[in-house]
This record gives sequence, structure tokens and C-alpha cells, in this order.
Amino acid sequence: MAKRIDVSGLHVYYGDFLAVADVSMTIEPRSVTAFIGASGCGKSTFLRTLNRMHEVTPSARVEGKVLLDDLDIYGPDVDPVMVRSEVGMVFQKANPFPTMSIYDNVIAGARLNNRRMSKSEADDLVEQSLRGANLWEEVKDRLNRPGSGLSGGQQQRLCIARATAVRPSVLLMDEPCSALDPISTLAIEDLIHQLKEDYTIVIVTHNMHQAARVSDRTAFFNLEAPGKPGKLIEMGETNQIFTRPEKKETENYITGRFG
Amino acid sequence: MTTTDAPEAAPPPRGKRRIGDVAFAGLAQGSGLLILLILAGVAAFLIIQAWPSLSANTANFLTTREWAPNVREDPAFGVAALAFGTVLAAAIALLMALPVAIGIALFIVFYAPRRLASLLGYLVDLLAAIPSVVYGLWGIGFLAPQLVPVFDAMTRYLGWIPLFAGPASTSGRTILTASVALAVMVLPIITAMSRDVFQQTPQGHREAALAMGATRWEMIRLAVLPFGKSGVIGGAMLGLGRALGETMAVAMILSPSLVISWNLLQSGNQTIAAHIALQYPEATGYGVSALIAAGLVLFAITLVVNMGARYVVARGNKES
Amino acid sequence: MNTTTTQPPTPGPETGTERVDLRRGSLPRHFPGVLLASCAAVVAGILLLFGTFGFLLWGLLTAAAYVVISVTASARVEGSRKAKDRLVTSLVYGCFLLAMLPLVSVLWTVLVNGLARFDGYFLTVSMNGVLPSMDAGGAYHAIVGTLMITGMATLISVPIGVMAAVYLVEYAQGRMKRIIMFFVDVMTGIPSIVAGLFVVALWMMLFGPGRTNGAAGAISLTVLMIPVVVRSSEEMLRLVPQDLREASYALGVPKWRTITKVVLPTSAAGLTTGIMLAIARVIGETAPLILTAGTSAISINWNLFDGQMMNLPVFIYSQVRMGGAINYERAWAAALTLILVVMLLFFLARMLGRLFAPKVR
Repeated sequence: MAKRIDVSGLHVYYGDFLAVADVSMTIEPRSVTAFIGASGCGKSTFLRTLNRMHEVTPSARVEGKVLLDDLDIYGPDVDPVMVRSEVGMVFQKANPFPTMSIYDNVIAGARLNNRRMSKSEADDLVEQSLRGANLWEEVKDRLNRPGSGLSGGQQQRLCIARATAVRPSVLLMDEPCSALDPISTLAIEDLIHQLKEDYTIVIVTHNMHQAARVSDRTAFFNLEAPGKPGKLIEMGETNQIFTRPEKKETENYITGRFG
Repeated sequence: MTTTDAPEAAPPPRGKRRIGDVAFAGLAQGSGLLILLILAGVAAFLIIQAWPSLSANTANFLTTREWAPNVREDPAFGVAALAFGTVLAAAIALLMALPVAIGIALFIVFYAPRRLASLLGYLVDLLAAIPSVVYGLWGIGFLAPQLVPVFDAMTRYLGWIPLFAGPASTSGRTILTASVALAVMVLPIITAMSRDVFQQTPQGHREAALAMGATRWEMIRLAVLPFGKSGVIGGAMLGLGRALGETMAVAMILSPSLVISWNLLQSGNQTIAAHIALQYPEATGYGVSALIAAGLVLFAITLVVNMGARYVVARGNKES
Repeated sequence: MNTTTTQPPTPGPETGTERVDLRRGSLPRHFPGVLLASCAAVVAGILLLFGTFGFLLWGLLTAAAYVVISVTASARVEGSRKAKDRLVTSLVYGCFLLAMLPLVSVLWTVLVNGLARFDGYFLTVSMNGVLPSMDAGGAYHAIVGTLMITGMATLISVPIGVMAAVYLVEYAQGRMKRIIMFFVDVMTGIPSIVAGLFVVALWMMLFGPGRTNGAAGAISLTVLMIPVVVRSSEEMLRLVPQDLREASYALGVPKWRTITKVVLPTSAAGLTTGIMLAIARVIGETAPLILTAGTSAISINWNLFDGQMMNLPVFIYSQVRMGGAINYERAWAAALTLILVVMLLFFLARMLGRLFAPKVR
């Protein structure tokens, strides 16, 4: 299921403004890759180009290639809708649909592709996805209640369940814990560990402890000065990045935060 | 206006309230209260002036169709036919305008090129700027003749539906024509309300839908429409209120008669507002009072609809 | 329908791999444009062949052909979800174009029919001494009446409306505020004919039956105008940043001076825009003026308090009621005049809003 992502020579523009310059990297399947860096360095922007969500922002465009197992997602006839059902996304702020029940939230994406899903199929998928998101035990008695009634951490896991119910091969997470308390954060981090058995996971985080805890590989982004484009400075095994960074900038950033 | 410069320099703030402050606040508050007073006054004066004819009326005001308030001994008049025509015309107009208005609102918010969106929205607003009397003139001078062949075709192919039974009016001055004009007039109102709520759909919900592989329409169905429902309903009710009370387009287009008819393609029916405008210049004595009574009914209907609309919108805002 | 060679080269099913193909069916980017153009051309050709060419028919058939072909093509190549998306896209574009039809039609018919009589003579001559069927006379008296009545309505509504907005934004709290805001909204929905009847009833009590004059018309317009002014002014006053008020208070300036010297001047442009839009809204009101200002004045009347006063909307209406060809010409010319005035107000308001809006923020 999980797929490899190969990015080569990717530039991201907002209108004429170059936001992220010349990123090339390989993201391994069945692993967790963390993007770290100061705010505004373009790591979230870059993340959104991996499933073409940046296109939601008017005037945003990219140059370069993003290969999903050898298939260029920016190829001439590729449909962004298809890309997004292959590459799911979880956002900073948990965003379950407020008018839908927990059950309907989980099934919403899967229903789009498969209208005539039978009741038992749907039930199975919901249970499976909620179990996969470590949420089943907490909500199995109130599946028909609105999703907005859950706690923040539960809502975020509901969103993860909703994303996995579409059966993507890659899961992008844009600071999924930044609005959560430590206990909920821990629950999500545990979940990320389990999910990497099946998915390629990319997570943007501000919290370097978190990057160190959950990721196998880490990419550090930075910009030289405000107004300049963000760049990929260095990427490697998480262990190596945090203990023996090759670049001075990486070391400054990491020690600055740690020390 | 009311403020004059006080020549003597103001002393440092004291605990006491200044005269200027008190007067200005009073003036502002007075203006606010005046609005309530005007609204109450509208209701009160209409009731007072409607009363003489209502008490002299020998027929049941609410169930009678004919309008003969000036028969010397026993005036007999009622709003049954008028109320029916009013509701019918407004309901058809709403039926036509609502889907189009939702479509326009979606177009402006989600489909139109960003640069053009506000300009295109402005074009729709222009529809609201055209005076209703001009719509009326357009209705008889252009729309009605244009619709005659359409009506003929409708009676030919849809004549088995009682609403469209033939023979169609040869002048085109029917309640359906009036409703088309009304629909055009309420379109910008419903569009404006719908646009507002669609624009407020949280970015998070829209992105959540797109991120799981929804097409643009699926995103709208999952995130935008459920969120905007109350705003659209409120807008539709405001539009309905406007259509119920609209006078000129109907008064000029429709060739009226005080009957209750479901037939949309023949002349007939009449609305309260148009009836008042047409009858007033010739009305005397109880006639005027009776028209005021009819106006009171219209006022009550629109008041209920408008209050309902505001309630729905306010509740929707609170929920989100 | 059989169009030309717009059918795209359909990407065949991807071979050799079992993974999901992201390209699974998609029509080329230029498909909609090319299809639309060829539909239009083919339909035009067919209509011309049968000699029944009409713009409306052409537009409708083109749209129908386009929708049918694009949706079926999409359903076959791209699947039902994309087909539905394309259908909705077409419908939504269609809704907008549909709404433009009456706008263009109204403006066009008014322009074409109105130009027949719209000239300096029409604008500067009244109907005094002109029989309805004579090829003479103009709308001068109606223009004067419109300016007088709307002017008086504006003079009354603006202070009350703006002050009420000041009250709502700067003073009112809690329940009173909610009640007034609610009823201002409700008042926006009063049918204009009811506003006219209100003044009729009021005038009957004050002056006895049958008294029609300009002032009565102005009062009925006031009822319609006040809520509009309140709503727009309220919005503008809320845009004034709180810091500005606090800065003024910090200097020891009393509240009422803060409002008159800081808040109102800051939002002056916005207030003016709102007021102009409110004028544009009531200047075309007809129904209340039929009841209050009379329908039969033919000469210039500068006195708001004595006798009937003609105005442009009622002039249009009463000419239509007379029903002759000349009367219709006058009505169209008056409609053109009225629309020009309204559009002018609308555009000026828009320009003012554009010019000054950024400064407020």
C-alpha cells in the first residue's frame, strides 16, 4: 500500500513570489519523515504540494516533479482529485464536519468513491478505521452523535480515521498536535507509530522532541532571510540529524532549541 | 448638525456626566427608540384607520373574495382572493429564484475567476438597483409579449397539468409573467445572503473535503451546503417577504380579476399590494379604509415571514 | 447531436501495473472551450439552415448541446463523479448567465425604447397644458418632484438613521440593542405599499381624507430609508478601530466629542456611500408615492406641503396606465432617466467606497 515519493527540483510560487526553492528529496515508504524548521520557512507549503492541496490557494503554483512510485502527480493528465485520494492529509486544527455524526464523518470520503457501499461493508470500514485510529473503544457507543462533541484529541484522531478510510498510500500531517494537550499528543504519536506499518507518513512539526520521537528521517527547512524563499537545508536519519548534523544551520537550529 | 463647538476649554474629566455627553447620548438613544416607535406606529395607524370599514363590513373579511366596500348600505369585501394571489405569485417567484440564486452564489464564491468575482457579484447587485416600476414597464413592454409563444407551447405540451391548462392568455399578462418579474427582483436578495454564508464556510472544512479526494461539487455538498443551509433559508424567506410585498411589477403586468384560480397561464388572480395601488386613486370613504385593512393583512404576513427569516439567520449564526 | 472532432484522444487503460493510475481518464484541459465553441458553431449552422436563427434560441440550444455532450463524454471517460462535477459546473455557470439575461434585457429595452423621446426637450418641459395624447410634453415636473421628495426624505432619514447607528454601536447594550437591531432588520422588509398606507392613515388623522402632497410622499420614503441607512452606517461605524476611540479617551476627550470628532469623520466616506445607496434604493419607489403624492399632477410644483407632486416613478406608471403609444414613449424615456440617475448614484457610491475604503482599515 505505502508508496515512495520522489521530489526533484521543486519550486513553489505564490504569484511571482518564490516561496520554496529547489527542493529534491526522497521519502521512503513505511516510514515517518518529519519536516522541521522555523515558522514561515515553507515546510507546510511544501507539504501541501505533495497532494496538490496548495492549488486551493489562488495563484499558488509549482515547477518541478513529484513522483509517487514513478508517476508524476503534476503530469499533464493527472487529476488532483485522484492524487488526493491517494495522498491523504490531516490538518493542524481538527476539522470534522460539524453537521455529520462520527459515523458519517469516517465514511464521508469512502462514500465518494463507492456510492453503493452496503451497510455491513460501511459498518466494517468505520470500525476498522476507528480502531486503526485508536478511537473505537471511546466512541463505539455514540457513533451517531455529532463529531464536534468530541475532545480536541479525539477529534484529531477522528480526522485521521476519516483520512485512512479512503485507503490512501501516503498520509500527510500538518502539525497535527500543535493544538492538543500533552496526553492527546502522546496518543497521536503512538498512533503514528502504528500507522507507519501501512502508510508512508510525512509530518510537519514545530516540536523537535516530537520529530525525534516519532520520525525515522528528518528534513530541516530554513530561509536565509525574511522575504527569501525557503530551502531544504539537510535531510537524513533522524538520529544523525539530531546528533551529527552536517550543516551549520541545522546545528544552530537544533542546539538553539535544545540548549 | 446638533454639535456646536464649546468655546470654553473643557476642564479635566470630572466624575459628573457632562451636558454634551448626556444630550448626545439622549439624541442617539432617541433615534434608536424612534425606529421602534415608527414600526409600532405603522401597525397602530393601520389598525385605527382600517377599523371603520371592518366594523361596517357585512361579509367575512378573511373568506370573502369580492371587493365592494362602497355599496352604500352594506359594504362587502374580503381579502381571500387577494391573499391567495399574493401567496401564489410570491411562491412561484421563490420557486424559480431560489435554485438560480444558489447557483449564482456558488458561481461567484467558488467558480468565477478570483479577479472577476467581485465585479460579477456587482452585476448581480445591479439587478436590485433597477426600480420596480421599470421592471413593470419591461414586463408589459417586453417580457409579456415574448412569453406568449412560450405559454402556447406550455398549454400544448403540459396542458394536462391544471396549472398550465389552456387556452393561454393572448396578451401574456398572467400571474406567471408577474412571477417571473418578481423572481428577477428577489434574485439579488437571496444571492447576497447565500454568498455571505458560503464565503464564511471555514477553510478547514473545505480543505478537509478536498484532502480526502472530493471534487469541487463534492466539497460543496459535504462542507459548504450543510454549513450555509440556515443562511440560504433565511435569504429565501427575505426574498419571499420582498415578493409578497412587491407592488408595481404585478400592478402593471397582471390583468387582474378577483378570482381564486390555479391557472397560471390565463389572466386572473390579483395580489394585495397591486390591488391597493390600482384601487386607491379611485377609492373614497370606506374604500380607503378597506384598502388599509388589506394593507394590514399584507403587513402582518410580511412581518411574520421577515421575523422568521431573521430568526433563522440569527440561529444559524449562533450555531456556527 | 453530432459535433465535429472534439472527442479527445481517450487515454487507454494503463497496462502493466496494478497500482492505481492517477491519470485514470481525464479529458484534456481545453476540452470545455473547444466543445463549447464547436457546439455554438454547429447549432448556429443548423439554425441558419432552417432560417430560425434567434440569439436566445441559439444560446439555449448551444448550452443544452454542450451540457449533454460534455457530461456524457465525461461519464464515459472520467467516471460518474467527474461527470457530476462537470454537470454542476455547467449548471452554476448557466445560473449566472441566466441572471444576466434580464439585466441585459431590461437595460437594453429601456435604452432602445427610451432614446426615442429622451432629449433636452423631454427633460426641461412639464406636462402642463399638454393633453396625454399630444406629441409634446416632458418629465421636468416629475424630475423636480423626485428631487424634492427624495431630498426631504434624505434630510429626515440621514440624521435619524446615523444617530440610531451611533446608538447601536457606541451606546446600546444587552437586550435593548438586540431588540432594536432585530426590528431594524424587520423594518427593512416592510413592503413599500404598506409604508404608503401608513402615511395615508396618519395624514387622514392629522389633516382629514384625501390630502396628497410631496411631504406625505417624503415621509413614506423615510420609513423605507431609515432602516437601510441604519444598517449601512452601523457596519461602517464598526469598522472604526477601537484603538482610535481609546486614544481619544486617553487624551481626556469626552465620549460625545470622540464620536463627533473621531469616529464619524473616520467613517465619513463609508457613511456617504451607504447613504447614496439608500437614496438609490428609494428614488425608484413608486407604490407609496402613488398613495401619498398623487398620480395626476401635470405641472411643476415646488411646494412640498401643498398639492399633488409628480415624480419619475409615478410618471412612468401613470403614463403606462393611459395606454397610448405616445404615453408608452414617455414612460420609456422617463424610465431611462430614472435608471441613469440610479446607476449614477450606484457608481458614485461604488467609487467612493473604492477610493476611501483602505483608509478605514
